[in-house]
Amino acid sequence: MPTKILDLPVTERVLSGNRACAGCGIGIGLRAITKALDGRMVMTVPASCLTVLGGMYPISSVDVPWVNVAFPSTAAAASGLAAGLRAMGKADEMTVLAMAGDGGTGDIGIQALSGAAERNDDFIYLCYDNEAYMNTGTQRSGLTPAGARTTTTWSGKRENPKDMPRIMEAHGIPYVASTSAVYPTDVYDKVAKARTIHGLRYVHMNVPCPSGWGFDPKDTVRLGKMAVDAGLVVLYEVEDGVFRLTGRSAALAKSGKRTPVADYIATQGRFRGMPDGSVDEVQAWVDARWDGYVRRDTAGR
Amino acid sequence: MSTGTTEVMTGNEAAAAAVKLARVQVVAAYPITPQSPVVEQLSAWVESGELPAEFVTVESEHSALTVCITASTVGARVFTATSANGLAYMTEQVWWAAGARLPIVMCIANRAMAAPWNVLNDQQDSMSVRDAGWVQLYCRDNQEILDTTLQAYRIAERLNVPVMVCYDGFLLSHTVMPVSVPSVGDADAFLPKRPEPLQIVDVNDPRNIGPVVIADPRADASGQSCHGYMEIRALHQQALLAALEVVPEVDAEYAAVVGRGWGGLTWEYLLEDAELVLVAAGSLGTQATVAVETLRAQGVQAGVLGIRCYRPFPAAALRERLVGRKGVLVFDKALSYGYEGPICADLRAALSGEPDAPTVWGAVCGLGGRDVSPDHLVDAARRALADGHAGTRHRPTDWINLRLDG
Repeated sequence: MPTKILDLPVTERVLSGNRACAGCGIGIGLRAITKALDGRMVMTVPASCLTVLGGMYPISSVDVPWVNVAFPSTAAAASGLAAGLRAMGKADEMTVLAMAGDGGTGDIGIQALSGAAERNDDFIYLCYDNEAYMNTGTQRSGLTPAGARTTTTWSGKRENPKDMPRIMEAHGIPYVASTSAVYPTDVYDKVAKARTIHGLRYVHMNVPCPSGWGFDPKDTVRLGKMAVDAGLVVLYEVEDGVFRLTGRSAALAKSGKRTPVADYIATQGRFRGMPDGSVDEVQAWVDARWDGYVRRDTAGR
Repeated sequence: MSTGTTEVMTGNEAAAAAVKLARVQVVAAYPITPQSPVVEQLSAWVESGELPAEFVTVESEHSALTVCITASTVGARVFTATSANGLAYMTEQVWWAAGARLPIVMCIANRAMAAPWNVLNDQQDSMSVRDAGWVQLYCRDNQEILDTTLQAYRIAERLNVPVMVCYDGFLLSHTVMPVSVPSVGDADAFLPKRPEPLQIVDVNDPRNIGPVVIADPRADASGQSCHGYMEIRALHQQALLAALEVVPEVDAEYAAVVGRGWGGLTWEYLLEDAELVLVAAGSLGTQATVAVETLRAQGVQAGVLGIRCYRPFPAAALRERLVGRKGVLVFDKALSYGYEGPICADLRAALSGEPDAPTVWGAVCGLGGRDVSPDHLVDAARRALADGHAGTRHRPTDWINLRLDG
């Protein structure tokens, strides 16, 4: 049974007050993640928005052990933490959580991540996907959606984003999940399940970004949910090869009431001026993907 | 002192033997010639159970040093080794390991940098990261590789700075010599367990390790002022400079237990009355000892001053041994392109302003494995002497055994 929001643990590991932008979705997700791991964890974090959220020396906003590392090295850092803790006889004391953004995961960090996945090293890798290099001022990443204007794609990115969860699935790791920070119970349940599994567990978490996407900070949750309703972001998990849609995405598959991508695109400054033809192309891409997810859900693999 | 064994082994095998004696807990490995046999040997020992360690077969050198960084952060004793482009590829993490003040030991089987490709020996790889904040030790032979690698853990863990043990690729890494291996008891007596790390990873006492640090000191939540970036860097420099004391101390401790020492920062041969001093690091120093014997037979009062510890640079020790001589000829197996050899430039700076400083000549040799014979060193010494007699004060770096015209 999915956890209900009122049943989430009350102990907060993300302290009140941090340096993230107003309306940043990372904090919502991180609260659920740290609760799912009950604080029995060590995080490793590369240069990213999350570094900023974590605070500047000597003040920290997160009440769990946290090891900062260089940009390309997140997954290898987690491998080293896991190996070091095993060597020190402390592997049972904490779960190792690598947490990096979309650029840190799908671009500069993909080599180390692929290596760790092939070795099935024992940690959870969580990619928080705000769909561009937000910490450095909204440059396009390999996970930026088509049509989005960034500071390196001034007339809109031409390519669709790479599908990181599918790439991770292809490594044959025991657990892959896709979630959204605006559904904290979905995040919680997936990280809580991942905690009970050994080997490399990959969780991909969509995170709306007011400053990078161009929307009012009060709308973070609303827009995150619109992305799920449009089928752009899909909530699912693949456990030992068994695929299933979860939460809102499972409900949408039943009801068949996905909303048009155009409605979602109209809410954000980054898509302003996107030609109708391009919107149609994204809609067609989303439709085809969605059909695939529904087929997999029906087939269970 | 208890009896060890004497075995014929390569430099790489000597390094691996030291790592095993050091009871290293995490090894991260990525192959590159000529380093690979070190981690191949360690892998075999981990699989057979002779070395109870985690062995992480990473997908790159960048990840190899990353694994060492975080495993060391949680308190494990760690090891990796690399060469040339592998070292260049992990350069970001070379800086990180030092700035994070982690007692990592890494062996460098010195190899030429590409392009063009070349797998043979020079020292351009490690010289290119001399500024990153590691202790750098250069070895003359395979025995010194074993002894220095063991000593490196003691140095690193006393100072919380990482140590590179550099030895010439193929010339030492793949060449066999008799090597005396200390007993496990002696190794344990010399090298205790790793002390507590500077930073701790503990769920009951959470810390944010290595966060953003601003330029100026900043108050913590209770109002206590904490260091800014520049204070943290100054403390790192202090620790590195303290190695000028600690490297010889550790060598003396090692000699007391194992019965063999290497002289600490520098070593010398026929130096006492030498008017012309040949300076070199690594196995080139051994060749220089042969060259000075020839020079002496020819009536030149020559001696050798070998650089064992290149970073921190033993400026005071070098001044003490070199001021008052007539000439110093520095042989570098590396170049700061656009200037001169790194050891030569550093030595000039160390002697600058000394009233009785010798003339310093620079020579570069052995790049990409180009043969260097003692005769070449003798010839270079005679050219330097001739230039000295002619009163030449500045001359271009002498490229030894260079054949531009085919």
